Amino acid sequence: MLIGRVIGEVVATQKHPTHEASPILLVQPIELDGSDRGVAVVALDSVGAGVGDKVLLTTDGWAAFTSVGQSMAPIDMAVLGIIDQIALVDSEAA
Amino acid sequence: MLLGRVVGRVWATVKSPGLEGHPLLVVQPVTPELAATGKPLVCADSTGAGSGELVYYTRGREASYAFLPQEVPADNAIIAIVDEMHVKRGAPC
Repeated sequence: MLIGRVIGEVVATQKHPTHEASPILLVQPIELDGSDRGVAVVALDSVGAGVGDKVLLTTDGWAAFTSVGQSMAPIDMAVLGIIDQIALVDSEAA
Repeated sequence: MLLGRVVGRVWATVKSPGLEGHPLLVVQPVTPELAATGKPLVCADSTGAGSGELVYYTRGREASYAFLPQEVPADNAIIAIVDEMHVKRGAPC
């Protein structure tokens, strides 16, 4: 999984039927320091995340379609959680 | 899934029988701000997308699931035509 930030929503009328039940989010993967990590992606939402939320993003197909209650669906990314806090071990102390 | 813009089409008379009936479109990946990013790729289309349209596509094994129950040997598939996006970067976390 990756850490990301929800930066927007996508509206699509013509889409695969398995994408109709879930919100479609634009998620920018980010580094631990909050900076952008690569290009923003399109992910289905399984947890009710909104714009500005820091989220847990899966880029595995099985994890993605299972999280939104589908099976064998053309879904390769999904938001799996809303992150409250990330605690890191102090790198100097480790 | 990733955002892209349809920039062309591929015709192949000789191809795997499973690809019959599915347009093969050239897609340029784009950012939410609609700037091109990375290199173009070929996607099988499940939506009826046309040239110039903004779409999003699935990669890998899951791409072929767009065409079930037909088994289509595609590793990129256009899954949706994007009507609009609401992008708000820099929102507080």
